[in-house]
Amino acid sequence: MIRRLRRRRRPETTPAPDLRPVDAADRFRFSDLVGEATADIGARPARLLMTLAGTVLGIAALVATIGFAQTAASQIAAQFDAAAATRLTVTPATAQARGGTEVATASLPWDTVGRMERLAGVRAAALIGEVDLEGRTLTSVPVNDPSAAAAAPPRLFAASADILDTVGAETVTGRPFDAGHDARADRVALLGERAAERLGINRIDTQPSIFIDGLAYAVIGIYGTPSTRGDLTDAVVIPTGSARADFSAAAPGEAQARIDIGAGPQLRAQIALALAPDAPDTMEVAAPSGRSDLGAQVQADVNVVFVILSVVVLLAGGLGIANVTMLSVMERVGEIGLRRALGATRQQIAGQFVVESIVVGLLGGLIGASVGVLAVVVVSLTQQWTPVLDPVVAVGGALLGAVVGLGAGGVPALRASRIEPVAALRGA
Amino acid sequence: MTALIELRDVTRSFPGPPEVQALKGVNLTVDAGEYVSIVGPSGSGKSTMLNILGLLDRPTVGEYTLAGSPTSRLDENGRAAVRARRLGFVFQSFHLLPRRTVLENVMLPMLYSGAPRAERETRARDALDRVGLSHRLTFLPGVLSGGERQRVAVARAIVTRPSLLLADEPTGNLDQTTTGEIMTLFEELNDDGLTLILITHDRGVADRARRTVRIADGRLTEVVAA
Repeated sequence: MIRRLRRRRRPETTPAPDLRPVDAADRFRFSDLVGEATADIGARPARLLMTLAGTVLGIAALVATIGFAQTAASQIAAQFDAAAATRLTVTPATAQARGGTEVATASLPWDTVGRMERLAGVRAAALIGEVDLEGRTLTSVPVNDPSAAAAAPPRLFAASADILDTVGAETVTGRPFDAGHDARADRVALLGERAAERLGINRIDTQPSIFIDGLAYAVIGIYGTPSTRGDLTDAVVIPTGSARADFSAAAPGEAQARIDIGAGPQLRAQIALALAPDAPDTMEVAAPSGRSDLGAQVQADVNVVFVILSVVVLLAGGLGIANVTMLSVMERVGEIGLRRALGATRQQIAGQFVVESIVVGLLGGLIGASVGVLAVVVVSLTQQWTPVLDPVVAVGGALLGAVVGLGAGGVPALRASRIEPVAALRGA
Repeated sequence: MTALIELRDVTRSFPGPPEVQALKGVNLTVDAGEYVSIVGPSGSGKSTMLNILGLLDRPTVGEYTLAGSPTSRLDENGRAAVRARRLGFVFQSFHLLPRRTVLENVMLPMLYSGAPRAERETRARDALDRVGLSHRLTFLPGVLSGGERQRVAVARAIVTRPSLLLADEPTGNLDQTTTGEIMTLFEELNDDGLTLILITHDRGVADRARRTVRIADGRLTEVVAA
């Protein structure tokens, strides 16, 4: 206010002009810079479009590539994650014996299930092992019909109580066996859907039995296809206790658990210790790695080639901006000279062209990111996928455009700032 | 009166080969409020003279003192600040920005001179009023006549209220009538107290200044009014 009054009072000219530097607060502000830099951007729409094309293509390709990869990865992950990411299996380590046969170097303790279920992240656990029929019969009728066509019997598995919950199977009819059946070595059996079909059993209210090596086992339930163990569909499952009593089955060969998504890496270490504290190396635990592993893996594979391609296009886009900005500098030599004569500093001139090129880059980035997102959405729609795209990628794409502009504007801006006003004013 | 401008033994040589001495030991004193024309044929060193006076160029030898301060002490940005605040330029080819309106063109120097934002438009309107163009505010320079364009340029030069107006062949692209208009405008501005230095090769134009200095082959001689 004081300055304004002083200026008003001053006559049109000052007899003794001061050469003090101009107050910074009053001078060229950032908003002035942006205003000057953007004023002429739209002056030549056709040229602007050509300038933008490279950046738009590059950013769009980049955003779309990442978007497709994320979308595809999440499709694959959606199918795999639920089943694969929750399945953990433990087997005793094996060693090569003389003669080339694999021999287990340890055995799973009989209380494996209890030890595993105490660990955080384990939803359900069960022991399971195949019982070798060794020529024993497995039929639904007590007598052998010599005239019947020879058919391979279903496989026989011995498992602990929670097996159905662990492998993700539901009983179609009847009920699973429980720990009591196991402890008492009751002769009860569960049939997989396929096995039940082959044995001609489809309802249990008639109290059907199957005969394993002539021993009658009561069928108490039929279960659907397990989500993690497809091979159990065509199998008969009996309690481990019964298998031990009737068929002298050895220690079960495998423990399986259904775990929380993401708990795999931590459980892998804990379970080996829990089952064999003295020699954790003798337990082989197969657990899924962290949740993002699979997705990241797929993404990485798809991305590399396209990212390189996009970067090349983006470089071309940057060169386009650099070219046009340079052209614009050359065209505006007179204007630059005038601005310098009017008191613009070299920095202000350079700033004007850098900001202009950043704004052009940002514009290209915004359009490119939008096109990229649109491409992901449209393709996903036609493929009936769920489009997945990290918002950071879209925003980052737009900003990357600005960075390209910044890089492209450097040389022309330097050139502009070096223009001598004398030469520029004489020329035009 | 205080001397606004003092040139002491100013020499400007351009390294060759061949080396050219555009100004050879020039001495000139201009007081505040004077109206001086510098006249000479092309190649006589007129433009070099104007560039030095306008702080667009530096003397090779000698000192240029503006308002009591030696300008050789100013760095690049200091000179830009003095140009912005204390000097106004009018060029032969107008140098208006073709895509900005008349009003925007006149507001342009205030970006760099540090005029408060709120005042810029009012001051530009005042300056355009002063040169008689308040009816052309929203026009683009391209549709104006030569005389009008030069008056816009004059408005742009005086909008920052400079201490010194430097005009380089301001009538070089104008016909007789509009030349007269511009010269009358200059006289009015000088009457208001503005110091003017006008560079021209046209004796007729030069004679309308209150004081004339002839330049030939890089040397100045005072012309005594007949």
